[in-house]
Amino acid sequence: MSPELILFLVLSLVAIAAAIGMLISPNPVYSALFLVINFSTVAVFYLILGAPFIAMAQITIYAGAIMVLFLFVIMLLGAEKLAPGKVLPYQKPLAIGLAIVLMVESVYAVLARNPSDAEIIVPTEAANSIDAMRDLGIMLFSDYLLPFEVTSILLLVAMIGAIVLTKRAKGEQE
Amino acid sequence: MVPQDYYIALSAILFTIGALGVLIRRNALIIFMSIEMMLNAANLAFVTFANTYQHLNGRIIAFFVIAVAAAEVAVGLALIVAIFKSKHSIDVDQMSSLKG
Amino acid sequence: MLFSEATTTSFFSLAPWLVFAPVIGLLINIIIGGRFSEKLIGAVASVASGATFIVSLLLAYSVWVGHGQGESIFLAEWIHVGSLSLDWTFRVDSLSTTMMLVVSGVGTLIHIYAIGYMHEDVRFKNDPSRFRRFFVFLNLFIAAMMILVSGDSYLMLFVGWEGVGLCSFLLIGFWFEMDTLARPSWANSNAAKKAFIVNRIGDLGFLIAGFLMFWYLGSLQFDEVFAAAPELADTQPGIIIAITLFLLVGVAGKSAQIPLFVWLPDAMAGPTPVSALIHAATMVTAGVYLIARSAPLYNLVEGAQSVVVIVGAATALFAATIAVGQYDIKKVLAYSTISQLGFMVAAVGMGAYVAGIFHLVTHAFFKALLFLSAGSVILGLERGHHLLAHAHNGGAADHDDEEEVRRTEPAEVFDPGDMRNMGGIRKTMPVTFWLYMIGSLALVGIIPFAGFWSKDEILLDASLKYPAVYWLLSTAAFFTAFYMGRQIWMVFFGTARHEAAANAQESPKIMTVPLMVLAGLSILGGLLNLPFKGFHNLGHWLEFTLGEVELLGLDPTVAGLSTLLALAAIFISWLLYGRVTLKQADRDPLKKPLGFVFTGMENKWFVDEAYKAMIVDRYTDVCRFLADVIDSRFWHDWFHEKLIVGTYNWFSNTGLNYYADQKIIDAFANGLGRTTKYLSASVRRIQNGFVRSYALSVFLGVVLILGYLILK
Repeated sequence: MSPELILFLVLSLVAIAAAIGMLISPNPVYSALFLVINFSTVAVFYLILGAPFIAMAQITIYAGAIMVLFLFVIMLLGAEKLAPGKVLPYQKPLAIGLAIVLMVESVYAVLARNPSDAEIIVPTEAANSIDAMRDLGIMLFSDYLLPFEVTSILLLVAMIGAIVLTKRAKGEQE
Repeated sequence: MVPQDYYIALSAILFTIGALGVLIRRNALIIFMSIEMMLNAANLAFVTFANTYQHLNGRIIAFFVIAVAAAEVAVGLALIVAIFKSKHSIDVDQMSSLKG
Repeated sequence: MLFSEATTTSFFSLAPWLVFAPVIGLLINIIIGGRFSEKLIGAVASVASGATFIVSLLLAYSVWVGHGQGESIFLAEWIHVGSLSLDWTFRVDSLSTTMMLVVSGVGTLIHIYAIGYMHEDVRFKNDPSRFRRFFVFLNLFIAAMMILVSGDSYLMLFVGWEGVGLCSFLLIGFWFEMDTLARPSWANSNAAKKAFIVNRIGDLGFLIAGFLMFWYLGSLQFDEVFAAAPELADTQPGIIIAITLFLLVGVAGKSAQIPLFVWLPDAMAGPTPVSALIHAATMVTAGVYLIARSAPLYNLVEGAQSVVVIVGAATALFAATIAVGQYDIKKVLAYSTISQLGFMVAAVGMGAYVAGIFHLVTHAFFKALLFLSAGSVILGLERGHHLLAHAHNGGAADHDDEEEVRRTEPAEVFDPGDMRNMGGIRKTMPVTFWLYMIGSLALVGIIPFAGFWSKDEILLDASLKYPAVYWLLSTAAFFTAFYMGRQIWMVFFGTARHEAAANAQESPKIMTVPLMVLAGLSILGGLLNLPFKGFHNLGHWLEFTLGEVELLGLDPTVAGLSTLLALAAIFISWLLYGRVTLKQADRDPLKKPLGFVFTGMENKWFVDEAYKAMIVDRYTDVCRFLADVIDSRFWHDWFHEKLIVGTYNWFSNTGLNYYADQKIIDAFANGLGRTTKYLSASVRRIQNGFVRSYALSVFLGVVLILGYLILK
């Protein structure tokens, strides 16, 4: 049992636990906070995997901006507690059953059916250096220039869309 | 050392939990969170492969996914606010006008 | 084109103009005659007919110049099938030119007469528009008659035969929607149909004879038939007998012999020029011509000749007796015509072809004269009647105003043809009277009129060959003289029995002049063939065609006896009808002495009634049976309605509609729809509008696909 594996197992347990917590907590605020934990652990995984830029982006965008946005909305709409649903009585057991099946399937597929010899490469000093970041940037602005620009437009459209959707219609009373 | 498969398995488990969240929760916000988690799980897989294959593509895809997720959240939350304004609820079961 | 070959001595190539001329005339009248005046229409038709006469003259001249050498003028190919080859060929020889001259000569005179006659007739009948139609029909008749007499084969003759039959039908039914007294009725068209149908029976005989000729002799061309006939007569004489007898059936139809004579009296429904031209002078003699033309066949079989003689003689006597009992001036002449045709048929039957043709010619003259004069009398009475009616109604007689005449038409029905309305016309219509007298004397056979010579020749031939027939014919001649005497006394002598007769008016010149020509011919016609050596002109002329003929001299016994009989008959008729003028309501003086015999004469010996009872009614019974039982009840009601329609309905309603359509096709289609509906109704519940539910479906799909990929 190497320290990396122990670290992985601990972190993955935390991630899964946070995910389940998000899943089952009745209060959306709790769910949001559990999700922040989950995202944070995943950010740590990114660091382990030698992707510090993605990790930082994860922290700032996901765990930061997006989750703040979520909390804002929760605050805005009220942490409503929904009455137990009367419709779709079979939905929950069926979904849980299927989810278990899918989980078994996927884990089986990954671990047992066609396992890979590959192991995680511990990031070197160079990989975490500023040069690596520069490589990423160069690639982003050369090979992936078009998707990058499209993404910028997408963000612009999303921004405008969000404004339009939430804008109060003319003459509409609160 | 940690095998790559462990990460992929973790990714699959997180994805499944996210999917389960979409299926069993009725609160639109939580469903949305679940979706974010699924995206995140996918991102984890991308980054893992980027690591094992020592290639930057996976990371760039992850970066794009984060960007798209940000846009998606912005629009999605705006939608939820709009729905709440008309329905005064964020229970997805209330939104069944597409019933056949 | 056809003129070019004609030389000064040979005009044979003109033969087709016999037909072309009247056809051109009728085409002119059909196409542009609508704008012509009546005189011009009549002139065109008369000129066309006259051209035919001139062509006939030229042809006769050519034959005469050529010493009797006839010629066949080829016009066009017609039927060439296997061994049969028939062409449109005109046969010009002494026999056919004789017929041509008679037909076109008498025909032309009648055309001219008809201009005057029809002018008044169409006005009395209130339809002047038919004037043109009449002359078109007349020209058509001339054309058809020319085809008949000039044809070189039995088939071409048959074409003409049917053509004249058609014209006869058209002209008898000329006033088809009224009766002879211009009352609305179908009497005239019925008469036309009767003539046509009775002729069909005769034509069937002709056709069968033609078929037999074709089958056994291989041809219908005259020369070929005659050349092949003797051989056949040796091997199978029965066939020749059959041919000749079937031809006789045709002759009986066309020439109104027993038993098919019944149509001719009814044919008097046609306008009088038609009666004169078609039903006295020309068409009805076609049968006589046919027998004369077929002489080489008849000469082969004596038995058939005897039958012909008996038919002719019987007809001559039978019709003569009926004529005695008739009151209609034209009916008397009609039966007289039948009787005279009997004479001719008997003559040609006994091989006396020259006598038969001679009588044909003279008869054409004097019978046309008689008919036309009778027409003149009838019109004279019509004029008198209208004059009277007008005088009674309006005072001043203004006959130019035709409209006025029509409106003042009296309600009383006046028959201008009934001899009981006549009397004393001698004074009011003197020209007509003298013409009629000439015609009558010719018919009765008083020396030296034409009829004397021709009838005497027949009687002489009969006395030599068939003594019994001689007596029959002599009796007929006696009756002939009697009924003509009766007619003359009743019509022209005594006093008028009707005011119309007293006021009768003479006919215009356009009618009387042709009559005078005919009267001249009736007087002088005997010159054609006087029974003296060196005067047998017609006999020598026909020898060219008929071969050696026996040329008889005058037998004083026969001639004397017939003249005596005639004079006696005229005397008796004077005793009965002339001595005391009859009153209109008087019964016929013969009624008392003869009793039921006269009733029989009066009613045509009930032949029509007998035919009606024996044939027509049986036929209509059969027709009714066929129509009612076979056609209506069996064929229509049962077979068609019940069997076919019923089966079809059952099949379509029960079989196809109920079982096939409703139970199978509809059921399939409905089932398809119902299944779809049911399926969609159940599937519809999946579309419940819950997003989570849809997501679950997607999730299920993911699970399944992944499971498949793993287990693959």
